Amino acid sequence: MNEIWAGMLAAFRLIVTLDADLVEITLRSLQVSLSALVIACVIALPLGTWLAIRRFRFRRATIATLNALMGLPPVVVGLIVYLLLSRSGPFGVLGLLFTPTAMIIAQVIIITPLIASLTHQAMRELWAEYHDLLISLNTTSRQRIATLIWDGRRALLTGALAGFGRAIGEVGAIMIVGGNIDHATRVLTTAIALETGKGDFALALGLGFVLIALALLVNFAIHTLSRTEQEGTW
Amino acid sequence: MIRLLVFVLSLFSTMAAAETMKLAVTTSFHNSGLSDVLLPVILEDTGLEVQLLVVGTGQALRLGEAGDVDAILVHSRAAEEAFVAKGFAPYRREIMYNDFVFIGPQSDAAKIASAGDAADALTRIAETEAPFVSRGDESGTHKKELSLWSAAQLDPAQFGSWYKAVGAGMGASLNTASGLDAYILADRASWLNFANKGTLALLFSGDPALFNQYAYLPIDPARHPHVKAEAQRTLEDWLTSPKAEALINGYRIEGTSLFVFNAEG
Repeated sequence: MNEIWAGMLAAFRLIVTLDADLVEITLRSLQVSLSALVIACVIALPLGTWLAIRRFRFRRATIATLNALMGLPPVVVGLIVYLLLSRSGPFGVLGLLFTPTAMIIAQVIIITPLIASLTHQAMRELWAEYHDLLISLNTTSRQRIATLIWDGRRALLTGALAGFGRAIGEVGAIMIVGGNIDHATRVLTTAIALETGKGDFALALGLGFVLIALALLVNFAIHTLSRTEQEGTW
Repeated sequence: MIRLLVFVLSLFSTMAAAETMKLAVTTSFHNSGLSDVLLPVILEDTGLEVQLLVVGTGQALRLGEAGDVDAILVHSRAAEEAFVAKGFAPYRREIMYNDFVFIGPQSDAAKIASAGDAADALTRIAETEAPFVSRGDESGTHKKELSLWSAAQLDPAQFGSWYKAVGAGMGASLNTASGLDAYILADRASWLNFANKGTLALLFSGDPALFNQYAYLPIDPARHPHVKAEAQRTLEDWLTSPKAEALINGYRIEGTSLFVFNAEG
């Protein structure tokens, strides 16, 4: 129990004094995970919606694969991205390894299937409702996807937040491709792993509480901005 | 808010200004805290920002082979010589050494505190089958441990469940040993900096077989043209300078000096 109190105290102290290192790694955590989230959404929302409205031969297998990929082990993704970006790998010339960009790439791969899968689930129900209307209006495929995404935005928000949650709390992949370099690629989760390794549980736990607070803050901010759960609109 | 903005801007500006190089180091070197003393001085003296990748020796060597870092600083002589022989680095340069120590529960069931040498201490642990945590991650410390077992004419592959290869870094392995009240081989620096000691204590040290030589290996630019040859030289010159000697020899934790500088000029 003492360790947990010490952790809360450490978190409190770090936040109140606006610790320079803490601010830096927190901003980097946000930068990496939000970038990954935006890129993943750009891919996953249209993809998931398209899967809901389109009938094709391997649809069932595609959706099953997508659902299975939700459980993609981050450490394996990290290893594969590492091997691809390594100087000895096929994309080595880009020199991206051990940069925030490499971390974003790994996180996009991890969360895209999750968001696409959740999008598909939500859109399937909506499509059943909108099917006759959109067909009778003679809309193009692109228009149908746009309409469904706009009208289903509340459900998609949940999907996106789930993706963000997985990204911000992820450590296995970004440890490998980012390398946890101080002042370059260190983020909250890798800093927690490092402090745990040093046996400094209080600081590790303090960073953990900051991470949880950050996730809450981002969720509240997005809900406020998108005006969900308000009187009259819920 | 303004303070935050100024900070963020200054962050980006310093990133753009300083020349950077990537150096793979072992967890034991980083956990010792010496890097926190040396890196700011290196930045000040040479304008070189050294980015550390803290990994085990095995992974450090792999990063070097792939050309993903500019240089490595590790402590496993046989592996380093093989690395140079395979042509990944033109040479290895010895910088400093520290020593390994045996850590174990204060009750010391295997009585290693009174052992004659390192091999004797390990033999006593094996005879009593007291729990022993091994790094098991191909790191320099792990390789050292294996060489000590073979010096004691014992083979860890034959051991029972009391021998636990955890496959983790120095700190994580110490955490495990602390939780299990087990014996473990650790470098002195990591042990002194370790915050979760529990009932563990330093039981045996001082055998010359436990000395731990660190060497600097620049990655061969002929093999990987993108490595920063100039930065490699700058760092090597600094690490072997009298200033580095003073800082390394003067670094103390709890009044104990940890590293002995022994680079030849």
